[in-house]
Order: sequence, then C-alpha cells, then structure tokens
Amino acid sequence: MSELVIDKVQETTRKEDIQNFKIDLIRKRKQSGSLIPLLQSAQDSYGYIPEKIIYYISELVNIPAADIYGVITFYSQFRLKPLGENIIRICEGTACHVNGAKSILSVIKDEIGVDVDETTEDGKYTLQSVACLGCCSLAPVIMINDETFGNLTADSLKKVLKNYQKVEPSLHEHSSTNE
Amino acid sequence: MKKIKVGLGTCGISAGGELVYNKLSEEIKLRELEVELSETGCMGMCYEEALVEIEDDDQSYLYSKVTADKVNRILEDHVVNNNPVEEWLIRSSEITKEDTFIENQERIVLRNCGLINPSSIEDYIEEDGYKAIEKTLSEYTPEDVINIISESGLRGRGGGGFPTGLKWKLTYQSVSDKKYIICNADEGDPGAFMDRSILEGDPHSIIEGMMIGAYAIGADEAYIYVRAEYPLAIQRLRNAIAQAEEKGFIGNNIFGSDFSIKINIKEGAGAFVCGEETALIASIEGKRGVPRLRPPFPAVKGLWDKPTNINNVETYANVPWILLNGAEAYGSYGTEKSKGTKVFALAGKIKRSGLAEVPMGTTINQVVHEIGGGIKDGKEFKAVQMGGPSGGCIPASMGDLQIDYDELKKTGAIMGSGGLIVLDETTCMVDLAKYFLTFTQNESCGKCTFCRVGTKRMLEILERITEGEGKEGDIELLEDLGNKIIKGSLCGLGQSAPNPVLTTIKYYREEYEAHINNKKCPARNCPSLLTYTIFEENCKGCGLCIKHCPTDAITGEKKQPHEIDQVQCIKCGKCFEVCRLDAVEIN
Repeated sequence: MSELVIDKVQETTRKEDIQNFKIDLIRKRKQSGSLIPLLQSAQDSYGYIPEKIIYYISELVNIPAADIYGVITFYSQFRLKPLGENIIRICEGTACHVNGAKSILSVIKDEIGVDVDETTEDGKYTLQSVACLGCCSLAPVIMINDETFGNLTADSLKKVLKNYQKVEPSLHEHSSTNE
Repeated sequence: MKKIKVGLGTCGISAGGELVYNKLSEEIKLRELEVELSETGCMGMCYEEALVEIEDDDQSYLYSKVTADKVNRILEDHVVNNNPVEEWLIRSSEITKEDTFIENQERIVLRNCGLINPSSIEDYIEEDGYKAIEKTLSEYTPEDVINIISESGLRGRGGGGFPTGLKWKLTYQSVSDKKYIICNADEGDPGAFMDRSILEGDPHSIIEGMMIGAYAIGADEAYIYVRAEYPLAIQRLRNAIAQAEEKGFIGNNIFGSDFSIKINIKEGAGAFVCGEETALIASIEGKRGVPRLRPPFPAVKGLWDKPTNINNVETYANVPWILLNGAEAYGSYGTEKSKGTKVFALAGKIKRSGLAEVPMGTTINQVVHEIGGGIKDGKEFKAVQMGGPSGGCIPASMGDLQIDYDELKKTGAIMGSGGLIVLDETTCMVDLAKYFLTFTQNESCGKCTFCRVGTKRMLEILERITEGEGKEGDIELLEDLGNKIIKGSLCGLGQSAPNPVLTTIKYYREEYEAHINNKKCPARNCPSLLTYTIFEENCKGCGLCIKHCPTDAITGEKKQPHEIDQVQCIKCGKCFEVCRLDAVEIN
C-alpha cells in the first residue's frame, strides 16, 4: 500500500528525486534519530512534505504520525504546502534591519502582492523571510532563488524585480533543493 | 609560479566571487598561463569583496571589489607583464592602503581562513594540520589534555563562557561504555557569521579540535550540528571528513593508537532554540528541539542518555593551536579571566564590515574605529549591540570598555557568540529592542510560561510604544516583566530574551520616555511618530513629490508651494526621498 502512496505523488515530481528519497528511507529507517533527515530528504524530493508521506514515514520508522506532525511544525524549515516557482527570501538580520530591511519588504509586498510565507496566485513567487543570510556587509539583502542582491534601495530593488519578470522563462529550471 | 586565490565564502560568492573565479579559470586556460588558481575561505574583509589575491615570490597582492570585467586587465598587466594594477590594489608589500583592518588583529582561530584552500586537506596539513592530534595521541594522556586546556584558560565561545577544560573534565569523569562529543554549529543569532566563516574557510581545524576533545573525554563518536541555512559549510565539512577518512585521520586506531572516532553531520531544521545544548541534543535524537531541566547536565546524561560534551565551533578551532603552541602561549593573550582571542562579526553602520579576531581585552573603540574604520556616511557613533538577541546595547560613551566575559556582563550585555552590530544616530533603540524581542518571541519553544507569554506581552507593550500609544508605567512594566522572565525560564533563550530591552532602558531611558510622553522618536525612525511637512520657502512646486506619493496626499499648483494632507499621509517617506530641494521636513 505504501508503494502506491509514493507513486501517486510521483506524478508531480522528478523520478530520480523520488528514487533518492526511497533509498534514503531504506538506508536510514533503522538509524536512531533518523526522523529529521528523512523529512529533509522528503522535502528535497517533493519540494514540501505531502501529507501522505507523513503516514508513509510513520509506518516505516514506527513513530506516530501525530508526533511527526509535531516535529514538522516545530522547525521552520519544513513546509506542508508546495512553494512557488521562484522563491524570494528577504533577510531580516540585524544588519539588514538597521539598514532598512523593513522598507525593502514593503516594496516587495507592493510589487508582487503577497505577504511573507505566501505564494502568488499564479504560483510564480513565494515570499519568505529569513533570520540572516550571513552576508551582513551587503545589507540590506534579498535572495531570489540562488542569486543574492545586496546594498538595495527601493529603486534598485524595483529594477531587480522588473528584470526578473522579463527574463523569467529561463528561471523555470530552478529546483527547490539547495544541494 | 604565481598563485591566484579567490575568496569564496558565502559573502564572497554573494558579492560575485564565483563569477570572478570562473572568468579567471576560463582566461587562464585560454591564454595558457602558468599560474595556480585556487579558492579560499573568507578573508575577513567582507566590505571589499570580491577579493582576489595574487602571490608571487613571497609577495602578496590583494585586489578588492573585483568583478569579472576586471579579470582581463589583472591577468594581462599583473600576471603576464608583472605590472600590478595599483589602483585596484588594497594591499601589497609596497603599497599600503587601509591595512589597519588586518594589522590590528591577532589571528589564532582564523589562522588559516582566507589563506588555505578549504577543500584541500594537503593545504591544511602544510599548515601543521593534524599535527596536534598526532602529538596528543603519542605524548599525552587524556588527563594531560584536560590540564593543558584548563591552564590555557579557554572558555566556551558560544556565549556562556564556561571553562572548556572543566567541561571536558566533567565528561571525562562520567563513567560509561559510550560517550559522545558534539560541535554546536547552529549559529542562529541574526548578525553573526563567525562560525560560518570558520566552517567554510577551515573545516579541518574544527574536526581536529573535536578529535582532541573526543580523546580527552573518552568519546568515540562525534556529531556536528550545522544549520541547514549554511549549505556551503555543510558541503565543505562533508568533503573534509571524507578526505580525513581517506588519509586515515578519522577511523579506527588513528596514528597507531587505541583511539578511534566516527564523525557524523546533522543538519538543523531551522529552530533558534536548538543552539541551547539540551534542545540541540533533542533535535539530534529526531525530536522537537525543546530544552529540558539541568541537572543532569549533558556531561552526565546527554545524547541518548550517554555522557556528552558540547562545544561551539570557535572553541574547537582554538584547541589544535593550544596543543601545538602550549597553554602558556595562549594565556599570554587576553585579560586575567578571559584568555585568548575572540572573533567578532562586525556589521551594521560601519565602514569596514567583516571578520575581526582580537585579543580579549581590546576596547570597543579599538574594534569600531581602528579595525572597523568608524561610522558610515559621516554619522555619529551611538552604540554597539553585542550578543544578538541574548545580548544588549553598550552606548558609545562606554567605548573604552575592555571586551572580556566579565566586563561585558557588568553592562548587562554579554559576549554572546560574537555578533557586533554598530549603530549610529539614526537607529531607534526602542525599535531595536522590539526587533530582537520579535525574534526571540517567535523562536520561543513555548515550554516555559514566562518565556512564551511574557515575551509576547513585552512585545505588545513595545509595539504600543513605537506606535505612539505608550502609557505611563510602561517602562516599569517592561522592567518588571523582563526580570520575571529571566527568573522563570529554564533555558538561555528565555533567561536572556529580555536583555535587549533591559539594556536599552538602562542606557536610553530618555528615548523610551520621548516615545511615551512626547510621542516623538528622537532617531526619526518610528513611522507612526513622524509627521512630514513641506517647508514652503524651499519648495519650488516642481510636482515630483506629487508624482511619487502613493496615496495622493500631496496637493498644490505648479510653481506654488505644495501641501501634505496629514490624514491621507501614510508616512512612507517617499516625498522626502525624491525631493531635491530639501523642502520636505520630518518631525
């Protein structure tokens, strides 16, 4: 039955990612403390953690689904909903904060029309905020997918976003994993 | 043969270092040049990224703010014709410009950062890498190691400042068939990036430090718990472990001794509280990262109920140096009770932000002015924020304060992990306190009522104050709540969450009072407390502000002074930004 669960979700995801996840499941299920790595592997494969996968992992590692849900909701990395095609991460570190991250955030909100942790209706953009991207000398900073944009002002940010919308077709290749 | 190094830490890559590296590699191949190109970790001068260093017969030339466009000229002039491009150089043997950044530092932890290729174990070995563990295994007993570390005076660099030697001793004394050693690389403080730079720039030094620790306490298995937000650090650590295993430095019976070790990497999943040791252990076990009551301390009952030693990245990075150079050499740096050096992540309103490693006892002014080069844009130095959300603000008037664990504690701030954010006159202290409390409130795991509910109430009060609805008695209420949260919380997160608020009240009470009593923000930062008006004498009626105002709050005929309707104005500041005649005033 569990095999079926995997195959149904598979339609929307790449085959080799699923393969990796399956290998991980078998490799890690007997290791103690393997729940978080398994959830990370699931998220890398699907881009989020589908509900059915929770039951699947639960069966294999013998941890109640409710407990797994508790772990998922505790850590900010895990998502229960799919992301948009492009991810905009706004840095809210201290250096960015004192250098005007708040006004940067409001410009992005105005431009793409969604709030933090929301995805645009057309599924093109997800806006996230992160505690610190670690390039404090470039503050204020945002990341769009894997590209970093620093020393932003309201105007330069608008230009970045506009350029992005123009060249968008080439960005569709982006995958949601970061490895 | 000339050597070219490109700084490829996360900061360097963000500034375009990878593009420079690729361009260099392409051009070197194309021109068939005889040079050795390699990557290196963070050189510390983040404000000058991307950095390219050219080494030539013991001479070193450092190019700053390099872009892919500059590559051709650097190769043509410098590499081919031996004619360095002086206007782009920031440091060379003959030309010295802005060199005080590095010169005022003492590099023990960062000894290899930005010098060696972090992906090459050979580079590390060349810098006496893995010599300390070899020496330890052949010359010292575990007790010797503990004594050396105790004598050196090394204290936990994660922020608490607990003596490392004592921590090791306690774990050593716990009797068990299995013990663990953990490296806490869950650097979660916003504004802190020292640990990341060490992990990215010199991963082997942490592995070696952990191995020495494992030998001392009697552990044979190690975990490095790294934030998932640091993918490059994780990748370089994985690579370093694989290389060390291949060389036989990690595995069974290392250097022909009885000592064996296995090193695992655990990726965090995004929870600030997991920087607390018992929460970190819970997270490695695959549970929600909720701290538990101590005692029993991890030294007695830690990971999977076995004795466990946890130290921070920077602490471990010090260890091989101490073993090779001796406790006395290490103890010669620093103050009476805080020995050695400390790495700070300098950022904020400062000219030169980056990594600074200084001996303990260096004053705040020295760090800000001599290393950091002073305040950006000619503004006035107001304060430094140390220790992130667990720390506090120290006003500029106390700039002669020596940085060590105990001196900082007296001010209400803490050493913390090493984030040092410089603030200028435009930073509102109430807003900054609110910022940190928003962070800790969000990251509170919810176990202790005082932390969970208390920080929420404090945050509500701060929000009220910054929105101009502060009431008399709010400051006292904040102090009262803050002190109770400190007493009523189990772990470091709750016990330190009120610090940013309490220290800003202590040193900047008048700013709080101005917000509450006069409904004014002295730093002109809190939008609700500002009014934008047009200074008629300067206004030529150009209409630029009318064009940019998002709410049509500005009216006026062409060539006549305009006017802002205070009801419609949302205080976005757009008119102030666009006005070329300084006709918009903020009050």
